[in-house]
Amino acid sequence: MKADGQILRVHDLKASIVSRSQTVEAVKGVTFDIKRGESVGFVGESGCGKSVTARAIMRLAPEGTRVDLGGTVQFGGRNLLTVSEAEMRDIRGRRIAMVFQDPLTSLNPVITVGAQIEDILRRHTGLSGHAARERVIELLAQVGIPFPARRVDDYPHQFSGGMRQRVLIAIAISCDPDLLIADEPTTALDVTVQAQILRLLLRLREERGMSLMLITHDFGVVAGMVERVNVMYGGRIVETAGIDEIFRAPAHEYTRALLDAVPRLHRDGVSP
Amino acid sequence: MTAVPPLVAVQDLSVTFPARSRHPAFLAVNGVSFDIAPGETLGLVGQSGSGKTTTGRAVLQLQKISGGSVKLRGRELTTMPAGDLRRMRRHMQFVLQNPYSSLHPRMTIAQTLTEPLIIHQSVPKAHYRERVAELLELVSMDPAVMDRYPHAFSGGQRQRIVIARALAVNPDFVVCDEPVSALDVRTQAQIVALLHSLQEKLKLSYLFIAHDLAIVREVCHKVAVMYRGEIVEKGGISQVYGNPAHPYTQMLFDSAPVLNPALQRQRLRMAPPDPSILVARSPTESCAFGEVHTETGTPAWHEVAPGHGVSCRYRPV
Repeated sequence: MKADGQILRVHDLKASIVSRSQTVEAVKGVTFDIKRGESVGFVGESGCGKSVTARAIMRLAPEGTRVDLGGTVQFGGRNLLTVSEAEMRDIRGRRIAMVFQDPLTSLNPVITVGAQIEDILRRHTGLSGHAARERVIELLAQVGIPFPARRVDDYPHQFSGGMRQRVLIAIAISCDPDLLIADEPTTALDVTVQAQILRLLLRLREERGMSLMLITHDFGVVAGMVERVNVMYGGRIVETAGIDEIFRAPAHEYTRALLDAVPRLHRDGVSP
Repeated sequence: MTAVPPLVAVQDLSVTFPARSRHPAFLAVNGVSFDIAPGETLGLVGQSGSGKTTTGRAVLQLQKISGGSVKLRGRELTTMPAGDLRRMRRHMQFVLQNPYSSLHPRMTIAQTLTEPLIIHQSVPKAHYRERVAELLELVSMDPAVMDRYPHAFSGGQRQRIVIARALAVNPDFVVCDEPVSALDVRTQAQIVALLHSLQEKLKLSYLFIAHDLAIVREVCHKVAVMYRGEIVEKGGISQVYGNPAHPYTQMLFDSAPVLNPALQRQRLRMAPPDPSILVARSPTESCAFGEVHTETGTPAWHEVAPGHGVSCRYRPV
């Protein structure tokens, strides 16, 4: 975390989602960077373009659509928007990994959890057979799955929501990515499990010196997790500030509205 | 306790899911009791799997119960013949979490809102559209949209439509199961405001099921905390939030994120709460309050203040 170099530099990124019936300009020119080992939060409401921004970096399009991209995404000395699909496949999952909101639909229901992780290991690291299986069990242990050697042959439906999210995180970190993009990783989970997942992300980030792009609509989620926040509205970044600064003195009216809308556990917003 | 009889009275409600192939029978709700007064909101909090939703469904008789009693407007629902129960359903309605899956995509808003009117024959046919317009206005939506389909609406608007559907038959009691957890924070605040104003206008009682303690504080008058199918703490909002008496309640409070980066960082770095401390004590020894329930025959429930009770189950030794 001492290296100050930027791992990701996004300049004037534009994304238009083209479906059969319409074209939606979802991201209208966003510019930001993420340093090596840094955690950056992206906060905004549904439709603000935060998820499309993340997917644009990965060059992923929502099902049944095409995404027209503009601007540049500099990562590892290359512009990800112009590299070949083959190169992109190599970067996706191995150098940049992503954890989505819904842990149930992101896993294949008819393949065991272990086999799904093994599949990715084989593709990106060439690990196979006994070594791959050992590594899978090790990964499950790292994300806090109890009795990993026994759970490795279970199917996704045999895991709880929180455990499935851990599995997705295990898949995401399996190839030691430089950047982890977590899109609403705890939104479907209840508070106790949410705290566990946030702790896990914090720990993994520190152990691996990995950068984190944390996307959420909830300021409570980014509060203890990131160094900087970009607030998005209408496809643009409307405010960017250090985490302590944004809570102390939100500059943009929209940021203030978002902060005010978060329900407080106690009147002063602070727990005893 | 009060002069006004409760609108909803639930006593020792239990639900057992029967054994299936390799899984043994599961006691999902275990001896749950609570009252809800007219115009009052009771929050039901707890983590997923604690039995909140099953309790809500059992109260509405949408789930077969294995014991206990549920009274609505003084009438016992659990033994009521099917025909009478169907007529009672007019008084109790349900709002679900996901506004995307709880509206039929091929039905217009008007069709969706007319359905309960037809079933309960509460409005003459000639007045259907008038009533639909009235319902949309009630949830602060433009009646002009009634011939559109659900896909034309945002999550918050859909949840308003779902609420309008629940209110179509003028219920007294609405079970809201995680009604805002799928929504953005600002939309959450709007729906919460709507629920408040509807309660005031229509004197509704709510059973508000949620895992978000902060939302419950804003919406509810009283709160019951569920853990493993049991209510472990129950009381007024200020009682439970100001002075949580059960270790599980404390654990929930400690897990909720705080809007203070320095404090939140510190909390995430602290050792996580250890759920293994929540071990039920043996019933033959004295409980956390120094009582031996097998000898005294008293329930495992202790009042720590008037109206604020706590279970001695799942407490550390």
